[in-house]
Amino acid sequence: MPNKPKEPPAERWLLRLYVAGQTPKSVTALANLKKLCESHLAGRYEIEVIDLLKNPKLAAGDQILAIPTLVRKLPTPIKKIIGDLSNETRVLVGLDVRPA
Amino acid sequence: MKHRPLTTAATPGIAKCPTGIRGLDEITNGGLPKGRPTLICGAAGCGKTLLAMEFIVRGAREFNEPGVFMAFEETGKELSDNVASLGFDLPALIRRKKVAVDHVRVERSEIEETGEFDLEGLFIRLANAIDSLGAKRVVLDSLEALFAGLPNEAIVRAELRRLFAWLKQKGVTAIITGEQGEKTLTRHGLEEYISDCVIFLDHRVTAQVATRRVRIVKYRGSAHGTSEYPALIDERGLTVLSISSLGLTYPVSTTHVSTGIPRLDAMLAGKGYWKGSSILVSGTAGSGKSSIAAAFADSLCARGGRCLYWSSEESPSQIARNMASIGFDLGRHVRKGLLRFHAIRPTLYGLESHLVALHKIVTEFRPEALVMDPITNLSAIGDDAEIKGMLTRVIDFLKNQSVTTIFTSLTSGGSAIEQSEVGVSSLMDTWLLLNMIQSASERNRVLYLLKSRGMAHSNQMREFVLSNKGIDLVDVYVGPGAVYTGAARLSQEAHDKTEALVQRQAEERRQRELAQESRNLQAQVAALHTRLANIAAEQRLAATLEKQRADTAQRAEAQLARARKAD
Repeated sequence: MPNKPKEPPAERWLLRLYVAGQTPKSVTALANLKKLCESHLAGRYEIEVIDLLKNPKLAAGDQILAIPTLVRKLPTPIKKIIGDLSNETRVLVGLDVRPA
Repeated sequence: MKHRPLTTAATPGIAKCPTGIRGLDEITNGGLPKGRPTLICGAAGCGKTLLAMEFIVRGAREFNEPGVFMAFEETGKELSDNVASLGFDLPALIRRKKVAVDHVRVERSEIEETGEFDLEGLFIRLANAIDSLGAKRVVLDSLEALFAGLPNEAIVRAELRRLFAWLKQKGVTAIITGEQGEKTLTRHGLEEYISDCVIFLDHRVTAQVATRRVRIVKYRGSAHGTSEYPALIDERGLTVLSISSLGLTYPVSTTHVSTGIPRLDAMLAGKGYWKGSSILVSGTAGSGKSSIAAAFADSLCARGGRCLYWSSEESPSQIARNMASIGFDLGRHVRKGLLRFHAIRPTLYGLESHLVALHKIVTEFRPEALVMDPITNLSAIGDDAEIKGMLTRVIDFLKNQSVTTIFTSLTSGGSAIEQSEVGVSSLMDTWLLLNMIQSASERNRVLYLLKSRGMAHSNQMREFVLSNKGIDLVDVYVGPGAVYTGAARLSQEAHDKTEALVQRQAEERRQRELAQESRNLQAQVAALHTRLANIAAEQRLAATLEKQRADTAQRAEAQLARARKAD
């Protein structure tokens, strides 16, 4: 009996966006991120927004320096992107997303 | 833990934050500007991180000011390990919430720029660290990493400007370290943003000897020392030598301190050296300079005083052994902690570093006396002018501390002994010259005082001997003529004695002769007197007989007249 090649399991994307309050850059970044995820990672992503003004101690854990910073926690390896994510190509390259 | 009170500068002006680093607080007139950022720049390996870490640790330990150390280049563990050798227990301070160390990793490969950003993350981390500790001191070491790691320099510069304004607003005293640039103070021009206080650390190698120097480039709102000050990093941290040139305003003593050789005391107005003065003992090889210095140290320690013995030629055990052979037991003083040896080859580091090291030991050990034996070895690391400059500073410093100092100096036998010391001797209050006199195929030691400021001193050349009972000055030769030494002196003394004896005998003989003659004459006189008496008696007898004859003749004549019936 021929073996059916298994489909690669759907990747689960966990993205964490670090912001500092509701600054214009942070709002822009979140909007851009949502748009990007919907277009390229529909159905398999999860966005976490961490407001460092409310939880400053979390900045040290992921070595956050710049705001906004987007951290791709899953899939590993961890990748970091800084900026308001307006440059979509760069974001995709940085996150290593194959455009849908 | 001991807490030192925070003091601001004596003169009105900006408030200062004392660093606790020896010497740095002196040259900055009280410390770094409080509540403002200070830039510490220098080449790689000159001690910027060390200075910054010492600032934080001492602030926590000695001034009760918690501090935050943001490290961009080393991890927390690396920093802890590096400063452990200085006695800074960083993990303990972190546990007690006195110090926070935050390692900020800026990895260019990890960061992808995708639009506008700012460094609010850094601000948040810094604010969090400061607030959680109530920190008053902050170090950022070093911000160069931001330029290297982040892609957009314009944003970095803008954010740095914002950062320093924010730090000032927070009221923390901050130290920023920066790497030295080609033509600018720092590679990325950090001095544009931090202009309140800039300190430059230098690590130069001249003639194969490395010296560290500290210079305050600028300090707004405060007077500060402007020269380059030598600095030393050792097992206790950074020390800056704050005395570049002292005024001649040291206190003087009116008490004397014994030389350790009673008859030498007698040559020095009967009492010894002035306390706190500088004494030069110079002489040719083997003339006994170290022995004189050891005699002084021994007698001082025996009275309970502390003495520091700086040796650049022999090891402490060798000195102790050699001095034991002339009856000075220096070992027991060492064991009691009264005598401390500091033996070091001059070529180990530069003149400046020797000065700093000496300064450090004297400040810590607080001796009453110091022996530097010999100082001529310093010529290996500096020329005459430099050595004189260093010794001037040493003597100024020691006189301020009222430390009596003996310097021994080797002179070469050929040249006139006094001439070779002319550079250094003007710094000395007392100058003892030792010489070996050659006569009749033997050499004997003599000493004489060339000068001793402020006291009546002997001008005689005295012979001295070293025996296993110590140093002794031989009795002054009081015979006529020149002073003899050694065997020649003994023979001369014997000769003198013989001559004196001969003369005395001749004198006695003469006396006897005269006495004899006197007696003879006196006998003659007595005989003449007797004759005179005899003649007088005869005279009287003759007169009596004549009278008797005359009487008898007259009576006979009268009788005859009667018989002849003279009518």
